[in-house]
Amino acid sequence: MNPTSSQNSRPDPEPTRSIVVISGGMSDTSSSRMLADRLAQKALDRLKGQGIPAAVSIIELRPLAANIAQAIVSGFPDEDLQAAIDRLAAAAAVIATTPIYKAGISGLFKAFMDILDNDLLIAVPVVLAATGGSARHALVIDDQLRPLFAFMRTLTTPTSLFAAPEDWGDRALTTRIERAATELAAMVTTGIRSAITDDAWGQYQHTFAGSARPATAAPEVAFDTDLMRLATGGTFAARA
Amino acid sequence: MQFGIFSVSDITRNPVTGYTPSEAERIDATVKMAVKAEEVGLDVFAIGEHHNPPFFSSSPTTLLAHVAALTKRIILSTSVTLITTNDPVRIAEEYAMAQHLAKGRLDLTLGRGNTVPVYPWFGKDIRQGLPLALENYNLLHRLWREDVVDWEGNFRTPLQGFTSSPRPLDDVPPFVWHGAIRTPEIAEQAAYYGNGFFANNILAPNFHFLPLVNLYRERFEHYGHGTRAQAIVGLGGQAYIAKRSQDALREFRPYFDEAPVYGHGAPLEYYAQQTPLSVGSPQQIIDKTLEFQEKFGDYQRQLWVMDHSGLPLAAVLDQLELLGAEVVPVLRKEMAARRSPGAADAPTHESLTKAKYGDAAPRQPRPNPNRGDNVTGTSPYQDSDAATPARYPLIG
Repeated sequence: MNPTSSQNSRPDPEPTRSIVVISGGMSDTSSSRMLADRLAQKALDRLKGQGIPAAVSIIELRPLAANIAQAIVSGFPDEDLQAAIDRLAAAAAVIATTPIYKAGISGLFKAFMDILDNDLLIAVPVVLAATGGSARHALVIDDQLRPLFAFMRTLTTPTSLFAAPEDWGDRALTTRIERAATELAAMVTTGIRSAITDDAWGQYQHTFAGSARPATAAPEVAFDTDLMRLATGGTFAARA
Repeated sequence: MQFGIFSVSDITRNPVTGYTPSEAERIDATVKMAVKAEEVGLDVFAIGEHHNPPFFSSSPTTLLAHVAALTKRIILSTSVTLITTNDPVRIAEEYAMAQHLAKGRLDLTLGRGNTVPVYPWFGKDIRQGLPLALENYNLLHRLWREDVVDWEGNFRTPLQGFTSSPRPLDDVPPFVWHGAIRTPEIAEQAAYYGNGFFANNILAPNFHFLPLVNLYRERFEHYGHGTRAQAIVGLGGQAYIAKRSQDALREFRPYFDEAPVYGHGAPLEYYAQQTPLSVGSPQQIIDKTLEFQEKFGDYQRQLWVMDHSGLPLAAVLDQLELLGAEVVPVLRKEMAARRSPGAADAPTHESLTKAKYGDAAPRQPRPNPNRGDNVTGTSPYQDSDAATPARYPLIG
């Protein structure tokens, strides 16, 4: 899944890292998307500067809105939505961006996150970004996006990006974008995700035959567990 | 290859007429469906277990024993028996009893149940659902195979010198299928014991259950019960049949649109295309079911839900006529023609008895005399194995 090579041996040619943007913006082009685009371009520049091929892939949620609603009701994603999920499963990094509505993240953005496998984004570097009509919503990222991505067990960059109307004319936003891009590129460059998942993938709880399993991971079903011993007539040591 | 129907015993308002059957009406209707299933040549009738309205089937063995008395040939099963909230001792006793009354025409499918409040009603905790299911089956397996069981686990009081009675018919336990939709441990347990594995094959995309079935097949071979292809696989499904496909869609649509599990979501056509739900002409049902065999490999049991979402009894009986007359005979022929030579037959009481005894007479346990304290001592039956005596607790 994550094509990043191990730290010791770097295969040739260098695989292209996919930076996937999840954009919850509603208009075309939305300010949420503009914020993500600026960040994505900076991250690409940094990676390319270090000789690491990378490409950006955009998941716009607006055209998937009906698919997302249907998946929630039907219990499974359709082909278009699965294609988006597959892109996330192959992502080396994610930029998540949403507008702020009614003092919170967009319902569509949350609905999309709700249909993802819990283990889809384990140890993926992520920048959190949001746009709002007022600086008074600046903490929505920390109140809502950060816990959501903590649940998904992503590696969230120290810098997140919030843009209120006044920020678009402020040089400080560009500085923050550059800082976030540096952080994201550094996490991709070091291969921290595969360093974690190569070793510890089996130690996370997984959806059986879900969308998340990296090609490099150990066999999906671990038979050396208490539950598997119980399944095969053994005894279950401790009751929680 | 066995073909049949399974029901979850929902009592659902008929969305066309607005009529909600009473519990009494729906129970009677279900018995009629089961009898009809035999009449039209089906092999299996299975009923679910639920402990909350709008379902009626809290006591599957009672219903199945009654159906057994009204039928001659059809195999009676469950969809499913709750291996979590039932005491495995009671499962052992009740299903052995029903197996006797059905003269061996009884097996069962075990499932966990996913209704959270049901667990505490029976003193259990859904957070322990999986270990509970696994441990309970381990005990059930022994209760049906050992005259006297000493046992200690985490989820029920220990047993010392316990004999589950009656012993299974001919001392051959009812065949067990383990049902799961996402749990590799259940597939592993089915494989370990050489039992069957059942995927309900509904409410999920086409072939969603293939990885779990394949895991079961792999592990069945690993444990030496036979090859992957010889593993015992059952699949569910749901069907609505009419002579012409456009009639099937038109007739089924109002029920689909209001069905608790389907309604107000994706349209019928989408569901029929994306999931194992078969709605159409007999030939369409046949083609779709043959795809199951193609992708899942040779399997032993195919069950359909035919009575769901408020369909009135008359419509269900018509559906069973079509299924029995126009779908299943073709499937029997086509599937047999495509079957690989090594594929196993579905286990029955006759085949299991034959496997255990060959041509010898089956064991018929006869109790030793009552000692005066209503127990029969360390060897409950005249032919009990003296090497495994009961160990009773020391008191005082």
